[in-house]
Amino acid sequence: MTAIFPGVFLVQYIPMSTITTNDVRHLAQLSNLQLSDDEITSLQTDLANILDYIDQLNEIDTSGVEPTYQVTGLENVWRDDTVDMSTVTRENLLALTSEQADNSIKVPQVLA
Amino acid sequence: MSIHGLVTQINAGQTTARALVEDALKKAKDAEEYHALLSLTEERALARADEIDARIKAGESVGILAGVPFVVKDNFLAFGAPTTAASKMLENFNAPVQATVVEKLEQAGAICIGKSNLDAFAHGGSTENSAFGVTHNAIDKTKVAGGSSGGSAVVTALDIVPFALGSDTGGSIRQPASFNGVFGMKPTYGMSSRYGVVAMASSTDVMGCFAKSADDIALIESVMAGQDTKDMTTLPDYFAPLAEIPAGLKIGLVKEAMTDDVDPEVRKATEQYAEKLRAAGHTVDEVSLPSVKHSLAIYYIVVPAEVSSNLARYDGVRFGHRAEGVQTLGELYGRSRDEGFVTENKRRIMIGSYVLSSGFFDAYYQQAQKARTVLINEFNDLFSQYDLLLMPTAPTPAFGIGENTEDPVKMYLSDVMTVPMSLAGLPAISAPAGVSEAGLPIGVQLVGPMKADALVIAAAGQMEQQND
Repeated sequence: MTAIFPGVFLVQYIPMSTITTNDVRHLAQLSNLQLSDDEITSLQTDLANILDYIDQLNEIDTSGVEPTYQVTGLENVWRDDTVDMSTVTRENLLALTSEQADNSIKVPQVLA
Repeated sequence: MSIHGLVTQINAGQTTARALVEDALKKAKDAEEYHALLSLTEERALARADEIDARIKAGESVGILAGVPFVVKDNFLAFGAPTTAASKMLENFNAPVQATVVEKLEQAGAICIGKSNLDAFAHGGSTENSAFGVTHNAIDKTKVAGGSSGGSAVVTALDIVPFALGSDTGGSIRQPASFNGVFGMKPTYGMSSRYGVVAMASSTDVMGCFAKSADDIALIESVMAGQDTKDMTTLPDYFAPLAEIPAGLKIGLVKEAMTDDVDPEVRKATEQYAEKLRAAGHTVDEVSLPSVKHSLAIYYIVVPAEVSSNLARYDGVRFGHRAEGVQTLGELYGRSRDEGFVTENKRRIMIGSYVLSSGFFDAYYQQAQKARTVLINEFNDLFSQYDLLLMPTAPTPAFGIGENTEDPVKMYLSDVMTVPMSLAGLPAISAPAGVSEAGLPIGVQLVGPMKADALVIAAAGQMEQQND
């Protein structure tokens, strides 16, 4: 890939979104990600570029158009309310965790 | 040899499941330099092969895939080795259940021999985002395998196994299929169950396969397809391979995918494919799908939004990587996720958090879902006049390893031809369409309306016959 496809695929590829480091920290907090300072700096650039790219959506006229959240049009799919015994046991699931105590999953204190 | 031919040989006693599995395992080990596989499920595969051989010897009918080895992308829950999603997060995750499609293939007699590399959590288009190293292209080791199902495409191209599974959220089967010169099928959304596959974007994720011929694709898809009570979005059963392709199909060649931005060799190969379709008695007209140019922007709002939600479950508590030396629960979540995800996962989660956050929801997420409707309406208009659409699978042949890793937007552009069908839920196959002057494979996509999976496979099969 030599060029970055100027023109049709790349509408307005000019970094202009203003994403501050504080914005990145806020997004990281919303996303439950404890990032290092280096990561915050590099993600600031990446996120600004991505947001600039997706800003082209403003060019599309969507007045009077309904959003599509799913494509097949399936509506409520019902099943019988019967107990289906799983092959997965409590022991199987506990075995996936790194720390257990008293047949339960152990976590650090919730309130600091 | 076709998969059907292999099964016939096994049932006739001319070969055994064990011989096929041993052969596949040996080829996999000999091809380690490509780094296409993350693990081999050797012990389980050999045990299953012996069991199937015993049943065949006893005169039992084992199934239409009796003894056929295959590989799963390592985001399908499957027994015999951890399901890592090529991430540190799930490095040691041994799935307590198998994906529905893996179960179905096993019930038909197929034998999983290993798990292939991918971009971590299927986020990427080159398999360079794997936490466990890059996969090399099957034809030119200096080039990428494509992605995210890069490993499955490479093991199919190298003839290690006759078929391999992939997932396709925005092109993750079709683009690596084109980069490695094999067939890759993305079914209609809901044709096959998503149950037991690590979720990426629930409104576009589909499960499909790679193979060396359209007939093989049809056979494997017929086993994978079907409604599943464990996935409420699966459609009532409808898939049945076509015995014969209808004559005189009307096919639209999408002009927005044939602009100067697309590599001239890719355009030429696509035009030659159109000529072959005409020679077979079909008509091919140039058509317009204006929203193609906005599809990538729609995709990179909708998909990160769903990713941020689907990946919220990885918090270090119930399964997956757990950070050590933390004092509070909040710290456990934040550190486990920072350590367990690769940078591309974090980018997508954070973009998702951004477009879903209050103040931006209407401008981004809602606007994208409305633009998605505009795109779907354009597809519907075309399919009221045409049976199939034709366009390249990717704007270029495989690019160099490391060439696009610095700029995420540049990497995203390799998906520009494949995301429209994902957003609309349409069936699309990537079929080999020759090679570039440098010898790199080029693929084209045949796209159908919802549930026309059998037609797109049959059309690709007819063109394949013309090559022979």
